[in-house]
Amino acid sequence: MNIQKTATFKAGDYKSDLTPVWCPGCGDFHVLLSVTKALAELGTPPENVAVISGIGCSSRIPAYTNCYGFHGVHGRSLALGAGLKVARPDLTVMVMSGDGDGFSIGGNHFLHACRRNIDMTYIVMDNRVYGMTKGQPSPTTEPDWDSALSPGGTGLSPFHPLVIALASGANFVAREFSGDIKGSTRTIVEAVRHPGFSFVEILSPCVTFRPDEREWKNQTHAAAVEATDDPARAARRIMTDDGFNVGILYRGHRKPYETHVKDTAGDPAVLEEEFAI
Amino acid sequence: MRAPGHLKKSISFAIIGSGGAGALTAGAILLETAGKAGWYGIMNRSVGPQIRGGEAAALVRLSTHPVNCMAESFDFVIAIDWRNADRFAAEMPLAADGLAIGDSAGGDVPATIVASGVTLAQLAMKDLAGSVKGGRENMIAAGLAAKLAGLPIDSVMAVIEAKLASKGEEAINASRTCISIGAQEAERFEHSFHLDKPVPGSARRWLITGNEAIGLGAVRGGVRFAAAYPITPATEVLEWLAPALTRVGGALVQAEDELASINMAIGASFGGRASITATSGPGLALMVEALGLATASEIPIVVVDVMRGGPSTGIPTKSEQSDLNIAVYGCHGDAPHIVVAPLSVADCLFTAQWAVHLAEAMQAPAIVLSDQSLGQARALVDRPADIAFVGKRKVLESEVEATYHRYALTGSGVSPMALPGTAGGQYTADGLTHTTKGIPSSKESDHQNQLDKRRHKIESFDYGNHWADIETSNGAGTETQFTILTWGSLAGPAREAMHILAAEGIAVKLLAMRLISPFLKQSFLDALQGSQRILIVEQTHSGQFHEYLRAKCDLPGEVRHFHRAGPKLIGPAEICTRIRDWKTS
Repeated sequence: MNIQKTATFKAGDYKSDLTPVWCPGCGDFHVLLSVTKALAELGTPPENVAVISGIGCSSRIPAYTNCYGFHGVHGRSLALGAGLKVARPDLTVMVMSGDGDGFSIGGNHFLHACRRNIDMTYIVMDNRVYGMTKGQPSPTTEPDWDSALSPGGTGLSPFHPLVIALASGANFVAREFSGDIKGSTRTIVEAVRHPGFSFVEILSPCVTFRPDEREWKNQTHAAAVEATDDPARAARRIMTDDGFNVGILYRGHRKPYETHVKDTAGDPAVLEEEFAI
Repeated sequence: MRAPGHLKKSISFAIIGSGGAGALTAGAILLETAGKAGWYGIMNRSVGPQIRGGEAAALVRLSTHPVNCMAESFDFVIAIDWRNADRFAAEMPLAADGLAIGDSAGGDVPATIVASGVTLAQLAMKDLAGSVKGGRENMIAAGLAAKLAGLPIDSVMAVIEAKLASKGEEAINASRTCISIGAQEAERFEHSFHLDKPVPGSARRWLITGNEAIGLGAVRGGVRFAAAYPITPATEVLEWLAPALTRVGGALVQAEDELASINMAIGASFGGRASITATSGPGLALMVEALGLATASEIPIVVVDVMRGGPSTGIPTKSEQSDLNIAVYGCHGDAPHIVVAPLSVADCLFTAQWAVHLAEAMQAPAIVLSDQSLGQARALVDRPADIAFVGKRKVLESEVEATYHRYALTGSGVSPMALPGTAGGQYTADGLTHTTKGIPSSKESDHQNQLDKRRHKIESFDYGNHWADIETSNGAGTETQFTILTWGSLAGPAREAMHILAAEGIAVKLLAMRLISPFLKQSFLDALQGSQRILIVEQTHSGQFHEYLRAKCDLPGEVRHFHRAGPKLIGPAEICTRIRDWKTS
């Protein structure tokens, strides 16, 4: 948490002039808007923010911001972000991913990012489908969702990212709906401010391959109760809700990962002594 | 004990025992003793796959002059016990006048050693140690080996006292007594070898492993971030870096796998910190995709591969040079990057430091191909010279106007890199083909321009004369009929072969390549000018180095190829035999 309000910024100051590759109506447009609004509210200068991603529709987001960005390889955004934050604790690091990138190919990194608890924010745009490769089931897809790759459905239980995040030690867990710009913005601000690893799953409809997800705007509803700091309680709630409960669901108090990087470097000559005989 | 028949410039011995018997400790104590008393030396270890309880051998070579490889034949072997010793008998062949001393309580002498015809002898090390309260048989073996090799026992005692200082007087006294007993028992064994006196007045001596030297070289080069995933035989690079980095204001993060470790290094370097990770073949295989990312996004990183036997899990504890192909050709697409290889334990420092310099200067990944025979070898070396190479990245110095192009086409191919925090320098680093501004593009011209840029910066860089060690046994510029052409760790045995042959009147040139990729064709051909017979030497089963050279250029003159898979290291005598045979053919 190195947030210093140094100037007044508008959401537009965090947006680049590139036209996104996303389909008209894609939920990710709203996520981009919420992220830029949140950054404006936080007031961190764009050059002090790094937006890091992997591969997939949602992972195209860094270039649409006016921050420093890294569009890496599939599934490894959390590792890029972790290295950057440890090396440069002064930066605000936002890691952005999707359900395929984050929970399938990047699943292992998700577990370890939660337990490592480096102070960064992880936003996963979950649309329950691989969009960029044109409609394959992801780890969060319903078991009976029919597709060319898995005719008749995968038959597999969907992955439960929020519960897995809690079980792995994430320090802040929230769910939002992309269409709720106000709610998403507020939660992202809170996530960035919260020390340690913050995880925000944003339900972000894929209107092209999952037109049924247009209904999410009617299905999502604010969480009835305040966030808890008891992970077991939070997990129980999430396991038993309808999957459309949005808001901050858990705030923990774990100490963030400690880094030892200092600006004043010591002299490497001291390291030689152990070898001299 | 018979008086030493002749003084030798170099003596080699092995101390073997079951894991936990302390063979490696005994070897390490003697190596340090030799260093304190003015000799040089090297120790490698041969261990089985067991975590504890397996066999372990300390392979020690002591010398009056610096040595960069193990001897091919051993003057004596001391077996604390013989259990499983046949597993590495092939790695420690005894000299014809050699001596094998074992404890009869520790199993039978392996058939291969009996068959070799060396002098066999017995010493009840276990019983002797048992007679001393707190005594251990490895200290009996240490005393015995010290006396046989001709090391001053006082010096052994001094090393023991320093090493065991924290364990108290009782432990020190028990070890001292055992060493005295071992040394005394040595009188019973006839042998004809003795180490010559050390050369006086040499430079300040270091005792260092190749893996430690890699770590130190990296830090000297400016590395302040490391990402780590443990793997044999590279782990010591990372274990050395962990505390070292925090002492110089850096940090090491243990990653969940190699996919994460290389990406962490890339992330840290994107932030402006020179970064490193170290692994072995299986880990490098996992890192290859991200190496392409570092190439395309022009983020400098250093990846150390301490090679072991492959493919797949292979032989994790033993050396081979068979990751050359994956290091050079592993990436998909056209992905020019740097591949360098240290030529000795001491050179691990130079080459790692140079690799940081190259990676930072060219904003590209650099792979350092070390191997187990360097990484886990502990050597007595003269303190390596300070070198000026420090990673210096061309960065965007201050705030700029809106016209910053991260991947601008420049004369050198290197373009200033904006570091996060620099206002106006914001860009997105991308593995997608991009424009000069870093914007994703699938246009033919952008693809061509960026591929050209990345190739050009690496091919046009001035590598100076560090790309290879080029030596001639009888002075520079002399005509030689033979050239030994090799790379990496085999430079040591090749150089020794050159000196042996020179003493026999056979002039040989050594060309040992430190820079593997890019291939400097003109420098290479210039170095081979006048070579009539070229012997290519490498530790691979398939001959990867030979094929690589053949793909890059037409080799002049006659070429022969000596190659073999690990774990039995190619040594100087084998190289000499091939040159002599060629001369008489």
